[in-house]
Amino acid sequence: MNRETARRGSWSALALNRAPALTLFILLAPIAAGLLGTLLPAFGWLPVVGAADFSLEPWRALWAAPGLGQSLALSLWTGFAATALSLLLALALLATCHHTLWLRRIRQSLAPLLAVPHAALAFGLAFLIAPSGWLARWFSPWATGWERPPDLAGFGPQDPWGLSLILALLLKQTPYLLFMGLSGLSQLPLESWSSVARSLGYGPITTFFKVILPSLYPLLRLPVFAALAFSLTVVDVALIIGPSTPPTLAVQALRWFNGPELTWRLPAAAAAVLLTLLVLIALATWEGMVRLLGRLSRFWVIGGWRGGMGGIARRLALGGGGAVFACATLSMGGLLLWSFAQRWPFPLAWPERWTPDNWIGQSGNLLAMIGTTSIIGVAATALALGLSLACLEHEAHRRPTFAGRSLWLLYLPLLVPQVGFLFGIQVLLVWGGLDGGWPALVWTHVLFVLPYVFLSLADPWRAFDARYEQTALALGASRARAFWRVKLPLLRGPVAVAAALGFSVSVAQYLPTLFAGAGRHATITTEAVTLASGGNRRVIGAFAVVQAALPLLGFAAALWIAKRRT
Amino acid sequence: MNVHDSRILTLGDIRIRLLDRLLFAPLNLTIHPGEVVTVMGPSGCGKSTLLNYLCGTLPPAFEAQGSVRLSGRELVDLPVEQRRIGILFQDALLFPHLSVADNLAFGLQAGQSRQTRRLRVETALLDAGLEGLGGRDPATLSAGQRARAALMRTLLAEPEALLLDEPFSKLDTELRARMRTFVFEHARQRRLPTLLVTHDPADADDAGGPVVVLDRPPALSDGNPTAAAADPENPETVPRLAPSGPRRP
Repeated sequence: MNRETARRGSWSALALNRAPALTLFILLAPIAAGLLGTLLPAFGWLPVVGAADFSLEPWRALWAAPGLGQSLALSLWTGFAATALSLLLALALLATCHHTLWLRRIRQSLAPLLAVPHAALAFGLAFLIAPSGWLARWFSPWATGWERPPDLAGFGPQDPWGLSLILALLLKQTPYLLFMGLSGLSQLPLESWSSVARSLGYGPITTFFKVILPSLYPLLRLPVFAALAFSLTVVDVALIIGPSTPPTLAVQALRWFNGPELTWRLPAAAAAVLLTLLVLIALATWEGMVRLLGRLSRFWVIGGWRGGMGGIARRLALGGGGAVFACATLSMGGLLLWSFAQRWPFPLAWPERWTPDNWIGQSGNLLAMIGTTSIIGVAATALALGLSLACLEHEAHRRPTFAGRSLWLLYLPLLVPQVGFLFGIQVLLVWGGLDGGWPALVWTHVLFVLPYVFLSLADPWRAFDARYEQTALALGASRARAFWRVKLPLLRGPVAVAAALGFSVSVAQYLPTLFAGAGRHATITTEAVTLASGGNRRVIGAFAVVQAALPLLGFAAALWIAKRRT
Repeated sequence: MNVHDSRILTLGDIRIRLLDRLLFAPLNLTIHPGEVVTVMGPSGCGKSTLLNYLCGTLPPAFEAQGSVRLSGRELVDLPVEQRRIGILFQDALLFPHLSVADNLAFGLQAGQSRQTRRLRVETALLDAGLEGLGGRDPATLSAGQRARAALMRTLLAEPEALLLDEPFSKLDTELRARMRTFVFEHARQRRLPTLLVTHDPADADDAGGPVVVLDRPPALSDGNPTAAAADPENPETVPRLAPSGPRRP
């Protein structure tokens, strides 16, 4: 029956047959081309700026650049620290809560944290922890004696150690890893394993680490890789809250690339290649450490130590999780206050006078950017949704093809550093005269939207009870009708959530918009990051609030669709 | 008097409610060391829920009261891991990331020398007819081998009572009979009070002990204990919990 439909060669059947190959092409072609477009300039070939000889000159210039070693070290330190801390906190929360009702509370509080873009959180955090920020104001002057913002070199946002950058990444990665951990746990016989281990006398936390984690980590591996690659190469967050002299390697590469001297594009490309290699080495090192840890822990796992109830550990984990949640909530709250503040002089904890003027003054600007952001977001999400559904339907109804089995490659855009291939993509777009066009802009967004949409749809799609469709077919419906009238309506909840997730990913994109838009299309995110250097907290507040509100509205709409009875 | 003889599992007036409805008539039961009591009843009568209550894993949707005493300790307020009750499920639930031998070692208490631990695991493997299979991945064992390994893991943790949650139901008929003999022999040999939950009458026959049939309580009879304690010395005084009466060969 399946093959008959395929052989009939109708347009839709043909499209379905080609879906995995098409999807992989759409994802991998730009990445491959982009990497090539970065690699060539790194070795001296960039005709646009008059460089047409292959040489190692760009690398020499890169090595000679002041502060390169420091930038490298900073990238490694912030990337590893942020990822390790987020994973540790996420695992600690799962370990202490996997057998309690807290698990549901955590699940429910995650959605808004997942939806808010990194950059918006970074703005809010910068307001919160700055020497003139909200936290300092609560304790001034009565506790600290500060009548004016203190001059604390090395503290607050952009501290040279990158601590505020690590904290900003932690606020966003912990909910992400927690979310992936929860979805991983739901695929394991959590309760049975837990009952067995605990009836053998093991405490709940020991049970998690000895029995559940060894099977959970393989499900978390790719998300952890994505978090590590992201932390090592993030640009927008590092621009807002990361160190600036010197900055992380990704930011430094971007500076060179956008610098006034066109010849610096060659060393910039070399830096992007270096960053890509760094990510590969970092991922391999991480995996090696995890395996070593797994091997070394065998003796501990089977050694018989039972562990206790872990009351203190639970309080620590919940305290850490609560601090992250509070930090994120206060960050967003602070942004909202600033956007309505008229006068908010230093030691006051609340604005002295309120005004809607910040919003009214920016309304034209904001509306235009909301328009651009929404058009790109909706178009990229629709494309990603269509491709993901086609791939999943292909998987459900066709014999697996090579392309169908290679869909794990979807993770690639999340692992290859954005800087590494977006440089090249821009080079190619300029070369082809396509830069700044809508198709290029939407396509680059699809690269990052598609993996999330596909991954969020894959589980519900694979778990769908095929008998519903078979019943519809048995009742005489065509395959298309069975899909549109039975399967899709039954799965509208997951589809709506995947769409909201895709939209939120698109809204949050900074570098892709910057490079593919060629400065001609500003979204709410690129504009907000640009404003960051200006330091006008009222305007930044308004932009960051809108930036966070757009994805939240998307998720609210998704929830409404999922709950509505058709 | 053997020290094991203080190992008596006593269930006192156990009532479990779901949405304010009593699952079965209040239950009183005494299980002596080495005795196997079988609890039977149609599916959905609360057999497995009863076991959950005894080992401390009752889902929060249920409300339960009643005492569970083992070796003179009251268990109701203890967390699972402090109850010292071993449990076997339908599935062997050997942990997939550990070899067969490591699964068994997982049951052993801490504080023994490495040689002792290895020796005890080897002995248990031999005992279960699994000699030479210690290094294997549990997934490569047959269903019967997995079930025996799971029993050994439970016994190596030195429980003071054993709960069996339909552990034979997924085995084929011939294997089921052998596995039953194997489990009951070990439970008697260690003088463990054992509670078997099943819907297979053959299980109850093989267990040879008293049989309790759980059934829906008569409407509105909430709060009137009707169960009598089983007397292992006298097979005629099998507790009657239901109007239909216990099932006997």
